[in-house]
Amino acid sequence: MSVTELLTQGLEIIVAVAAAPLFLGWINQCRAWLQNRSAPSVLQPYRIIQKLFNKDAVIAANASPLFRVAPYIVFGAMTLAAAIIPSMGTRLPFTAAADAIALVGLLATARVFMALAAMDSGTAFGTLGARREMMVGFLAEPALLMVIFVASLISATTSLPAISEHLTTEAIGLYPSLAFTAVAFTMVLLAENARIPIDNPATHLELTMIHEAMLLEYSARHLALMEWTAALKLFNYACIGFALFVPWGIAAGAAAPNALLIAIPVLALKLVLAGSGLALIETVSAKLRVFRAPEFLATAFLFAVLGLLVHLLLGA
Amino acid sequence: MMGMSPLSTCLALLAGWVLIGIAGLVRPMSVRFAGRALFLTGALCGAGLALVSLWALSAPVEQAVLPIGLPDLPFHLRLDALSAVFLLLLGATSVGISVFSAGYFRAGEGTAPGLLCLQYHVFLASMGFVLIADDAYAFMFAWEIMALASYFLVTTQHRIAEIRRAGFLYLLIAHLGALGILLCFGVLQGGHWEMTFDAMRAAHLSPQWATCAFLLAFFGFGAKAGLVPLHVWLPEAHPAAPSPVSALMSGVMLKTALYGILRVSFDLIGEPLWWWGLIALGVGLFSALYGVVFAAAQTDMKRLLAYSSIENIGIACAGLGLAIVFAGLGMTSLAALAVIATLYHCLNHALMKSLLFLGTGAVLHATGQRNLGKLGGLMRYMPWTAWLTLIGALAIASLPPLNGFVSEWLLLQAFLFTDQIPRTFINMLLPLGAAVVALSAALAAYVMVKFYGVIFLGVPRESSLVRAHDCGRLERFGLAWLAAGCVLLGLLPVQVIARLNAAATLLVGTGLGQHGQRWWLLAPLTQGRASYGPIAFFIGVLSIVLLTVLVVRFFYHGRVRFSLPWDCGFGQLDARMQDSAEGFGQPVRHVFQPFFRMQRELPSAFDSAPKYRVIVTDRIWYALYEPLVNLVRRAANWVAWLQQGRVTTYLLYGFVTLLVLLGVVLA
Repeated sequence: MSVTELLTQGLEIIVAVAAAPLFLGWINQCRAWLQNRSAPSVLQPYRIIQKLFNKDAVIAANASPLFRVAPYIVFGAMTLAAAIIPSMGTRLPFTAAADAIALVGLLATARVFMALAAMDSGTAFGTLGARREMMVGFLAEPALLMVIFVASLISATTSLPAISEHLTTEAIGLYPSLAFTAVAFTMVLLAENARIPIDNPATHLELTMIHEAMLLEYSARHLALMEWTAALKLFNYACIGFALFVPWGIAAGAAAPNALLIAIPVLALKLVLAGSGLALIETVSAKLRVFRAPEFLATAFLFAVLGLLVHLLLGA
Repeated sequence: MMGMSPLSTCLALLAGWVLIGIAGLVRPMSVRFAGRALFLTGALCGAGLALVSLWALSAPVEQAVLPIGLPDLPFHLRLDALSAVFLLLLGATSVGISVFSAGYFRAGEGTAPGLLCLQYHVFLASMGFVLIADDAYAFMFAWEIMALASYFLVTTQHRIAEIRRAGFLYLLIAHLGALGILLCFGVLQGGHWEMTFDAMRAAHLSPQWATCAFLLAFFGFGAKAGLVPLHVWLPEAHPAAPSPVSALMSGVMLKTALYGILRVSFDLIGEPLWWWGLIALGVGLFSALYGVVFAAAQTDMKRLLAYSSIENIGIACAGLGLAIVFAGLGMTSLAALAVIATLYHCLNHALMKSLLFLGTGAVLHATGQRNLGKLGGLMRYMPWTAWLTLIGALAIASLPPLNGFVSEWLLLQAFLFTDQIPRTFINMLLPLGAAVVALSAALAAYVMVKFYGVIFLGVPRESSLVRAHDCGRLERFGLAWLAAGCVLLGLLPVQVIARLNAAATLLVGTGLGQHGQRWWLLAPLTQGRASYGPIAFFIGVLSIVLLTVLVVRFFYHGRVRFSLPWDCGFGQLDARMQDSAEGFGQPVRHVFQPFFRMQRELPSAFDSAPKYRVIVTDRIWYALYEPLVNLVRRAANWVAWLQQGRVTTYLLYGFVTLLVLLGVVLA
């Protein structure tokens, strides 16, 4: 565990937590441009978070302590997830403690706590949101695991940094299996982050919302943390995607600090591209009915399985 | 005859349980004596048993002969690492359950406390005896005592017809299973008519007979384990039994069945054929998915947990199947990984499912309700039960850093290695098994959010719930014991696996290596390949959470106002508007429609008192059991034709029989 490694680890966490709202702001801006609206500043998410932190929290009188600790737990889990995902360097001391399967477990923990907190105040919308979120969760999680399995089988490890390292350094070539899983992963990303076509982050229409329904009872600092977590989750998913499918540019192996200097702008570039891509997908697709979500995610799952079969058949 | 050895101590403790049970008959009506004091003594025996089995795990295999039993077949006993693992499970789990029971059983609930005490402790002792039996007769003897004792415990409230029916169903399937096991032993002795397990180990069976023995064992033990389609007794018997008994049955008794399959296929048969594993894997995965899907649709909290048990047993059975596949193909280190995952899952499930069943027991006592639709908001009235049950719920949803995740992780790792199997077709098929495991785990999280959210969170759905009181000190200790077990097994996998290795070595010839040589880091294969360090993980989350709290408090403020829930400004909120259990399960009913047999009653638009009803039942009951029942009934009718009820007819039967026999003798 060298100083550089610790530095990389710290930098990853700080960059993820700090830049996540910016990534969200960028996506919103792209969406606004594509939809011919005048866009809010990319810094708007920071302003919202800042505003929320300064407000007085209003809590339902019948809420249990679980309701109040959940935002911290969810935020903590998501921050830890950022520590596991190699976004800039692959030598991360903490990743020995948690591989890709543990990462999926961590994301599930965050989801379960969010759903439990939503059920806590006993409102109709809260339970509705919790139920739908868990539904999306149980469909998306196996698909995500299959995606990760394909990458693990290719590089014979379930550790995310090792997968990235393998893909960047050892084998330069195209993996047809990864093309299928990339499609699957994109679909999972959209579903898990409450984006169109599964959920619409811009509306509060009760018939369609999933993620927002769970947050209705939250206010002030708790809401700020929840919003920040949502941004961080999107950022994390994007970074998982980079680590699995486009790991190039990352400081692979025991790289010197100057490799990190390259990795940071490369990450920024990837995020800019991914953000505009996401905005494009969201603009051209329509929101699905809630009960079309299983079909959408089943398709994602089949793509992942197809990727797996392609890998086993072709060995690539 | 024996000095102080693990086996003799173990035997003494089991005898202690029987004696405690008999002591209950001294003052059968006294809750104080039979219900409190004796159960606490029983818990001490359990703790002793757990310690002894830890000792036995590092001690050599020990055998003994008890001079009781049949004239030429005394009881043979044997304590090896496999028995010790399951004895540890029995001992450690029973401590929590017994202490909880000491506070739980009250007078005037069906069976008298003293009798209950006898049945309960005989049940415990018989499970222990099953695990150390080393000949077919001793095994079947203990196995049947176990079935009978648990039958009486299930029918504690025998005045309710429904419970008697559940008990009967349980007894019936238990005996079907026992027949399978008996026949399996008959095959295993290989024509020498030596009924000791040693003789069975020595007997060399042809592959056909070995397959026959495995299938019989799989059927027989599968009936006890509740593998689909022999699972129908589980969702009936578990809700019928008092909660500590459900906990014991689900947590421990189901595991004795898995012990049986492990014992027969790896130890008695010796060299399992690899394709048996595919059967176990298929049945296990199907049970897992089937169980969890049904759990999501349940409205009775104990029935929900019963279906969840089917899921967990299914996952353990899948692990076992994978172990057989690997072992049959000679990949011993991978077989060790799969065996360890199976054993770990058994331990985990014993602790977490007992915890959840005891939690429902506390809720049942406080509210008198088993129906999820009449509970809600209990976290405020029963904080101890609620927080301790939360640990069990998170553990069974296999969330890190609790114990359920460790076994899921190990199992998924085992699945990820299947690409080394030298048969391409199996290679392609098995990763789909990993997908089913992942799907079941994700669905288990769904089920647990439903279970926990509907019972403990939200607003009470009945006005009487505000009078619910938390459970007593003994019950809290029982819950806390099991919860602590869940946390410890979650945080210290390296230490647990080091103990389990002895059993893996016994079964497949090698243990699971520990690479990386660090006490906090689980790296079962090579460290570069996969590693998991739950303690670092836990400390990581905890420190980030604490840091966030501090930062938020330091830079901003802690001001809070309380008000009514906002609920989009609707304002006329009532408890009925929360999701009911049916409502919460609706997405699963929708997505997995083909699994269910659903009857819907929909109101018409002009109904003055509209009613919406949906009844969800098990398809397998109608597809498999009803035709069977009808067949038996028809056969019985044919046979009944013989019973004419006139003496002359019966004399005629006798006469005809004599004639036929004479004919046979003369010819």
